[in-house]
Amino acid sequence: MAERRARPRIAGMLQIRIHGRGGQGVVTAAELLSVAAFREGRHAQAFPSFGSERTGAPVVAFCRIDDRPIRSHEPIATPDTLIVQDPTLFHQVDVFAGLRTRGTVLINTGRTIADLGLEDVAGRFRLVTVPATELAREHLGRPIPSGALLGAFAAAVPVIGLDAVAAAIRERFAGPVAEGNVAAAGAAYRLLHADVRERCHA
Amino acid sequence: MLRQIEGSRAVAEAVALCRPEVIAAYPISPQTHIVEALSALVKDGTLAPCEYINVESEFSAMSVCIGASAAGARTYTATASQGLLFMVEAVYNASGLGLPIVMTVANRAIGSPINIWNDHSDAMSQRDSGWIQLYAESNQEALDLHLQAFRLAEEVSLPVMVCMDGFVLTHAVERVDVPSQDEVDGFLPAFAPRQVLDPDDPMTIGAMVGPEAFTEVRYLMHAKQMLALDAIPRIADAFAQAFGRDSGGLVRGYRLADADTVIVGLGSVLGTIEDVVDDLREQGHRAGALAVRCFRPWPLDEVRAALGTARRVVVVEKAFAVGAGGIVGQNVRLALDGVAAAPRVHDVIAGLGGRPITSASLHRIVADALEGRAGRTTFLDLDTGVVERELRRSREDPRPGPHAENILREAGIAGGGPR
Repeated sequence: MAERRARPRIAGMLQIRIHGRGGQGVVTAAELLSVAAFREGRHAQAFPSFGSERTGAPVVAFCRIDDRPIRSHEPIATPDTLIVQDPTLFHQVDVFAGLRTRGTVLINTGRTIADLGLEDVAGRFRLVTVPATELAREHLGRPIPSGALLGAFAAAVPVIGLDAVAAAIRERFAGPVAEGNVAAAGAAYRLLHADVRERCHA
Repeated sequence: MLRQIEGSRAVAEAVALCRPEVIAAYPISPQTHIVEALSALVKDGTLAPCEYINVESEFSAMSVCIGASAAGARTYTATASQGLLFMVEAVYNASGLGLPIVMTVANRAIGSPINIWNDHSDAMSQRDSGWIQLYAESNQEALDLHLQAFRLAEEVSLPVMVCMDGFVLTHAVERVDVPSQDEVDGFLPAFAPRQVLDPDDPMTIGAMVGPEAFTEVRYLMHAKQMLALDAIPRIADAFAQAFGRDSGGLVRGYRLADADTVIVGLGSVLGTIEDVVDDLREQGHRAGALAVRCFRPWPLDEVRAALGTARRVVVVEKAFAVGAGGIVGQNVRLALDGVAAAPRVHDVIAGLGGRPITSASLHRIVADALEGRAGRTTFLDLDTGVVERELRRSREDPRPGPHAENILREAGIAGGGPR
């Protein structure tokens, strides 16, 4: 409960869009994000983009987080934050569409921004990378990056805590799948925190 | 208990808390998660006693519901879109017989062209079927309406459709307050059927009725719906007292008191409409909103009272009467018939087949209404260029081909190149 008090109030609604491919757990990630926010005492709404989803095809899901009840059900056109589960999507869909200036983009990659060819947008947006698939392989034994990305999100966007992410994962999954995802989330969280501290001290 | 769950899950749990004894359903998107969850609750014994009957079609689903309800069982089903159309003959029989079945309609468009996304064409096609129709604005209200629907259906002996926007609500994960079994038991008494097939006291339900009495039996359907106009707000009040929430009822106003521009809507679009109203207020306009929570029976007096003093009314509706125009808009005009200096009513057909209704688009149409540019019927965000090309093709080409495929081909969505 102490952690709940420690969370800052959100200045206006936070709108998140998650990009990934069918089978990567995009819709589940949005749902878990909303559950984590709910556990922090916030209002949250998660919803998929509706269509015929196929394994491997580009998929998006959305999440709104606010300190006030959320009444709108329109799709998110101007997100503040993106989570990109598969960086190859940058070549296939307009990932940055509608993203607000200085918006955070959390990218699942072990490569650098320069390697990804994203230097031209680095000035407009806050790009954060995390090797979520590698962390998932290590802790979960499967290349499903959602859990690690949620941990990274908690480090990058301080509206939900790592404990809430872990609780949301355990509410949805059980046994080794839950614990593997919780471990991956924790590893991603610590990696990003160390990263941020490093940059702050530099 | 407050929980963060999918709308379909919330509805399934609400229905289970109402202790239905028979559920007969056939899965169809976007209703599937509801009946899947209910079948699991029956299988694992959480919902007992209850018989979940897997049927081979929606026609059978409603037919089984009719039989079960006539035998005195509290009965539930859910459907959407083509599934609702497939059961229509039985839908009319259920209301004609006065059987208090509750059905969730997870609103979805009707083909052709085939489309799985949300609009209100399915429920609106059954507006004259004799069923009561309630529309949910949020997942909390969807949950709450199901508790009220069983009580209402059984009190007035009519079937009730609870309409909730497919995908937009059914697949949205939101905060909902799920009541306890004790709370629901306290609100919803056990089903005491007004007519029942009982082998110990044999009787007939469903006689053929000729011209000598058909009008009277049909009139009684109408009379019962009119009685429901009293029962619906009364049950909503009882619900508010029991659960401390405002859900259901006939209509709900938002910033209406001094409003001269009122936006009317049904279902989940109300959230966006209220955002637009707040923006308009900040700009100095006297704007308000009216949520139509019950469309059948039509709450004529309440709509008249809410809109009678406005100068302009924008009716946002997710279906339309082909060849006539707005459906809700026609009903609004009926309610305003004879009002001195009645407001101008603009029908705005929006959100068809899942096209998002954005606050930006609503702002545009309201600006048009304020400046006298809006007509009686507007198709929101209609791509007039596409439509005009197709109309020209129809005029000039002796074999213009199908519109849907032509438009998809031009948009590069379907292959084959221009004809």
